[in-house]
Amino acid sequence: MNYQISIWPLAAVLISLIGSIPIMLSDRSPNLRESWTLLIAFLKVVIVASLLPTVLAGGGFQFTIAEVIPGVPLALRVDAMGMFFALVASSLWFFTSVYSIGYMRSLDEHGQTRYYASFAVAISATLGVAFSANLLTLYLFYEMLSLSTYPLVTHHQDAEARQSGRKYLTYILGTSIGLALPAMLIVYSLAGTLDFKIGGILSGTGASPQTLALVLVLFLFGFAKSGLMPVHGWLPAAMVAPTPVSSFLHGVAVVKVGVFSVLRVIFHIFGPEQLLAVNLGWVITTLASITILVASLVALTQDNLKRRLAYSTIGQLSYMILGAGMLSAVGMTGGLLHIAMHAFGKITLFFCAGAIYVAAGKKYISQMDGLGRRMPITYLAFFFGSLSIIGMPPLGGFISKWNLALGAIESGHLILLVVLLVSSLLNALYFFPIVYRGFFLPAAQGEPEGIKEAPVFCLVPLSVTAACSLILFFWPSVFYRLAQLALGL
Amino acid sequence: MSASNLHVYVMAAPLLTAFFVNLLGRISKVWIAPLTIGSLAFSSFASLIVMGRVIAYGGFSYTVGNWKAPYGIELVVDHLSAVMLVLISLVALTGSISAVKSVFQELPDQEYLFFTLYLILITGLYGLVLTGDAFNLYVLLEITSITTYGLIAMGKGRAPLASFNYIIMGSIGASFYLLGVGYLYLMTGSLNMADIAGMLQTMDGGAAIATSLAFILVGLWVKMAFFPLHGWLPNAYSLAPTGAALVAAPLMTKVTIYLMVRVMFSIYSVDYLFITHPIIQNGIVWVAAVAIICASALALAQRDLKRMLTYIIVAEVGYMVGGIWLVNSTGMTGAVLHIVNDAVMTLCLFLAAAALVYRLGDLNFDNLQGIYRKMPVTMAAFTVGAFAMIGVPPTAGFFSKWYLILGGIEAGQWIYVIALLFSSLINAVLFFRIIEIGYFFKEGEHHGHEKVAEAPLSMQVPLVISAAALIVIGLSTGPLVKTIIKLALPAGF
Repeated sequence: MNYQISIWPLAAVLISLIGSIPIMLSDRSPNLRESWTLLIAFLKVVIVASLLPTVLAGGGFQFTIAEVIPGVPLALRVDAMGMFFALVASSLWFFTSVYSIGYMRSLDEHGQTRYYASFAVAISATLGVAFSANLLTLYLFYEMLSLSTYPLVTHHQDAEARQSGRKYLTYILGTSIGLALPAMLIVYSLAGTLDFKIGGILSGTGASPQTLALVLVLFLFGFAKSGLMPVHGWLPAAMVAPTPVSSFLHGVAVVKVGVFSVLRVIFHIFGPEQLLAVNLGWVITTLASITILVASLVALTQDNLKRRLAYSTIGQLSYMILGAGMLSAVGMTGGLLHIAMHAFGKITLFFCAGAIYVAAGKKYISQMDGLGRRMPITYLAFFFGSLSIIGMPPLGGFISKWNLALGAIESGHLILLVVLLVSSLLNALYFFPIVYRGFFLPAAQGEPEGIKEAPVFCLVPLSVTAACSLILFFWPSVFYRLAQLALGL
Repeated sequence: MSASNLHVYVMAAPLLTAFFVNLLGRISKVWIAPLTIGSLAFSSFASLIVMGRVIAYGGFSYTVGNWKAPYGIELVVDHLSAVMLVLISLVALTGSISAVKSVFQELPDQEYLFFTLYLILITGLYGLVLTGDAFNLYVLLEITSITTYGLIAMGKGRAPLASFNYIIMGSIGASFYLLGVGYLYLMTGSLNMADIAGMLQTMDGGAAIATSLAFILVGLWVKMAFFPLHGWLPNAYSLAPTGAALVAAPLMTKVTIYLMVRVMFSIYSVDYLFITHPIIQNGIVWVAAVAIICASALALAQRDLKRMLTYIIVAEVGYMVGGIWLVNSTGMTGAVLHIVNDAVMTLCLFLAAAALVYRLGDLNFDNLQGIYRKMPVTMAAFTVGAFAMIGVPPTAGFFSKWYLILGGIEAGQWIYVIALLFSSLINAVLFFRIIEIGYFFKEGEHHGHEKVAEAPLSMQVPLVISAAALIVIGLSTGPLVKTIIKLALPAGF
């Protein structure tokens, strides 16, 4: 594979980091500040999209920022897998920016400048992870994301936020320093490089299966953002953040950075063949299956809508890891595809949860009876989003789950198929009652009159992302092609 | 002034200025700051030229009074001492700009005394990294120590007691060192390092030489506050006037670690039996690991920012001693790189502490609530320093830790590796505790309108520079290691 040297990957990553400066300087003028946010978000999508055709044609770009350690520079590279994630993240950031304006202004939140600036740094870090050329660069941006999201999680600056922030950092920073960093150093001392390469860099290093197993487990738990049990506890706690943060960061960016990192390691550090050769796939699939089932069961018991979505996210993230762990071509494709499909579905659901909170001030599902008739657009979008997550046609989620199911059959582990089906059933069980209550149950006594749809800044993004979920069912080809290129198929 | 004796001027500038500060400073305070900063700026400039010359032509030496070695006094510059020279100059220069403000506030009418001692201390530090003579090293070690005792005793409250404690410990350390040198002199009849090294190669070492190394090491360990010989440091550095801690904290321990490297590999050698002996080597690395873990744990128990930082210094000493005693190239690279990085990190954090002390007076954790809103620039720089201590890329702290851990893996010293990771995690807890306190508000006081202004500009600028330096050094680790640090490693690595 030949990569052109180009400054554009750096531009794509840095534009929002640099953009955080004018955002901070426009503290006194909210309209100007939000214009900056939207402008940067728009430019980011444009830059990423402009790199797409080359990547689809099998090419790529790279840029070396600095030589830091022999054999491991800080370097960016746009390959198919990075492009896949960057496309999802940058486009959804744009919608989230629009939504944030509606949400934050309606609720008249404090510290909005800090909020938008931190958000800009966080998306920079997310694209950095997507475009990392090696594990060290990925680790750098991974940590940058952890740290830049801390002020977002603790936005309310009260006792609860303080507790959650503490939990968030303990899990995320504790695992990345305590587990991922030593794993990375062991890989470096074995292979002498940390470059992402199709087929992996660990084959032929003569590492024993025990070492490989140790490194694999360190990575799986070290990237705790992927929410693999038992290092998932930070995600429900982080729901204390404002909803746009939950929707984008804890539905898309942060959690998928975790999954993306795990997948990078499986695909491009170990390499599927290597893992097959030493028969380590079962470690991944077992951990992922347990997480899927337990998280889905816990989601059933949650009455707080955002917490239910959080547990749903934990379960869905493990689908992606499960797919990768199948080590069959179709399964791995399905795992990657689910990153995109779940992102569009889950962000819609979070947007809806936020819209409900803005319009009706409600957080608990048991209080949401009859709300669907007052907020039909929101609820329709919610319905679409949940269909996609459950994996029903005609929504995007079906495509990825179909591939995952095929992968389970292809890899010969029928038990994984059972896991997938049971989980889909559980997904339906925890989503449909919400929609049912909204549309068909009578509103509670003493309900205030005049609840209507959320402001248009909230409503448009959630409609668009719901529509995207639908479109992805019919035209998944861009993501499909990128996934195949990423796996070298 | 020719290029080959430039390093003498680096050392002479602060020494001569010290007298002028004392004389002119008595008459008028206005002289103090320009003289101090001017002489350090001169030294910084000169040491950068020395560094350039060393990179271009390699090391060189100067014989004081033209008395030839081994009898005369030799001032030697090689890559490692050039690195230290630049480091001392720039850290002292940056620190002194901030120290001026803080000393004028804390020690009214004693400024000229403070800066006289301060400049002699820096002269001593220069001397330590330049001298090629084992006995001169002792003299210079005492010059730096005695000036530090004086500086610390100028602090408030229990500072004289802390200073006295340090005098006792420091004198014991110095005696150990001197005994070690005595043994060496008895065996070889020489005090010149290069001369001794040459003789030791052909000599059958025996117990006396091994004893000399042991004595020297223990002496230096006391001076560098290597756990469990660290008892004097936390009180001394936290009770000292803020301006004194600004230069002592980043430089004293690091220069002493440099001395350990110098003695181990310039007098003795890499394959000297005592150094390669597995029990001794493992033993010291394990003590270093214990040092890291215990000092980190002790840092957790502190409720005052300055005291917490002093325990972190003790932990960092363990990092470097362990890295050096791995006795492999990667570990050594990490240790030398960490000398540089740790000095800058400590400087950054102490500059932030100085700015906070200037406005708040007392750095008890409760005082820091809501401080992010009141002093955003100071706290932003503090956060960068904190990230470097935790080891978050791309700050400098990450990369030296990378080399140290990698060296530990290569040497199979897993306890040391675990200690380093553990300490990173503890540092994360330590600093996020501060960040949390600073970011959230007091009960009741919601948005913190209590008037505490940002630190004065002359404290902010050095602080911001040191924070930026952490990122710049981090990003240029590759070239830095390749062109300077690798060459600064002692022979045999």
